[in-house]
Amino acid sequence: MKKQLITCTINGKLRENYIDPRASLSDLLREEEHLQSIKHGCDVGECGACTVIVNGEPFNSCIYMALWAEGKDIRTLEDLSDEKGNLSDIQQSFVDEGAIQCGFCTPGFIMSALPIIESDEDFTREDIRKKLSGNFCRCTGYDTIVTAVEKTHNKRKAEKSK
Amino acid sequence: MYDFNNIYQPKTVREALEMKKAHPDALFLAGGSDILIQCREGKLAGRDVISIFNLDELRGVCLEEDGTILIRPMTSFSHITNHPIIQKYIPTLAYAVDQIGGPQIRNVGTIGGNICNGVTSADSATTLKTYDAILEIASVDGIRVAPYSTFSLGAGRVDLREGEMLTGIRVKKDSYENTFGNYIKYSMRRAMDIATLGCSLNVRLSDDKKKIDRVRISYGVAGPVPLRATKAEATLQGAEINSELLEKAALEVMNDVNPRNSWRASKDFRIQLIKELTRRTLKSSVEQAGGKF
Repeated sequence: MKKQLITCTINGKLRENYIDPRASLSDLLREEEHLQSIKHGCDVGECGACTVIVNGEPFNSCIYMALWAEGKDIRTLEDLSDEKGNLSDIQQSFVDEGAIQCGFCTPGFIMSALPIIESDEDFTREDIRKKLSGNFCRCTGYDTIVTAVEKTHNKRKAEKSK
Repeated sequence: MYDFNNIYQPKTVREALEMKKAHPDALFLAGGSDILIQCREGKLAGRDVISIFNLDELRGVCLEEDGTILIRPMTSFSHITNHPIIQKYIPTLAYAVDQIGGPQIRNVGTIGGNICNGVTSADSATTLKTYDAILEIASVDGIRVAPYSTFSLGAGRVDLREGEMLTGIRVKKDSYENTFGNYIKYSMRRAMDIATLGCSLNVRLSDDKKKIDRVRISYGVAGPVPLRATKAEATLQGAEINSELLEKAALEVMNDVNPRNSWRASKDFRIQLIKELTRRTLKSSVEQAGGKF
């Protein structure tokens, strides 16, 4: 199919890509932008391993057409660490809490956690579980993941109120 | 990569309708959380689609002059849940669509897609039935208005005729005013699952809060399409609120439902669920309305 120009902001930079209109956003991000944090897990929107933030909300990029990204603001895990590759607080928190084993689900979980840790609202552990309920992890049993998100959120709130 | 034959990309609703007329077999692609998956499975592979995802004129919720709530069909579930108008006037709908899938699915999935799919488990369908939603359906020839009650024709089939598209969902003031409701979705998992059974119910009590002025009950997965328990509603109208009411309601609704055996649950279990969810939704709705048992 004839390729089509898609212009969108990816991790703060305005990007132009010629894509097949049949491509998914995960195809665009992995194959064209080489952002390898996006994992093709189930490819049907169930596992959350391909989660990215579009205009502030988490979406499964595997069931999001690349052409829908026109004019949108997209964030992936690569946006979090700095240029030298130093981990952000939420990534470090996942390491510290043992919220990672195989690591395949981790980028997706962290993207789903962003709306929580970047919010000023209070969240109970149950709220956090609900916000993360679109992501599957087959290693950790979830508890450490919830703790990692909870601690980062509390830490950020404490810093803001200083 | 999705195996579509052609993807049409209209810029306006008008253009979308013209494309639908020119390509009657093309599917409208809304949030895609069903179509894209069925394309992957192969069921819809090779089809033509008309992508309406970026038609922002089809998104949003507003209150019209006479108090009617207008929901545009491409409004995502999460936007419905968080919308102040929905939270204030039909909180049951805000809650019901918050039970769908997970956060990512609720961000992409649309209420219009939910009801146009015509599946019996659709979480928004039962509440829209109990609030007598009215649909605005457009084609190049104009707009027709139809009640949602007669929209479902069978499993996966809805009353959208050639060249037509759903462009609005309305709930009249008379329908939601002074009502208190509740939706319960029974499913095997608390997220990322479809309903084994869903029950949405709302009541309006008499002024002295001793009698039921009006009750509306709807079920998902209690038949091939989401259905209203109209016979039970008629017998419960004017009923006194007392200890026997819940049991009476649970028995009466049996005249309206037609659940079946499936791999998800047996018919007997579904009947048990219909009775129990009726008791629970009725109890909590009456109590919210200020009634006492």
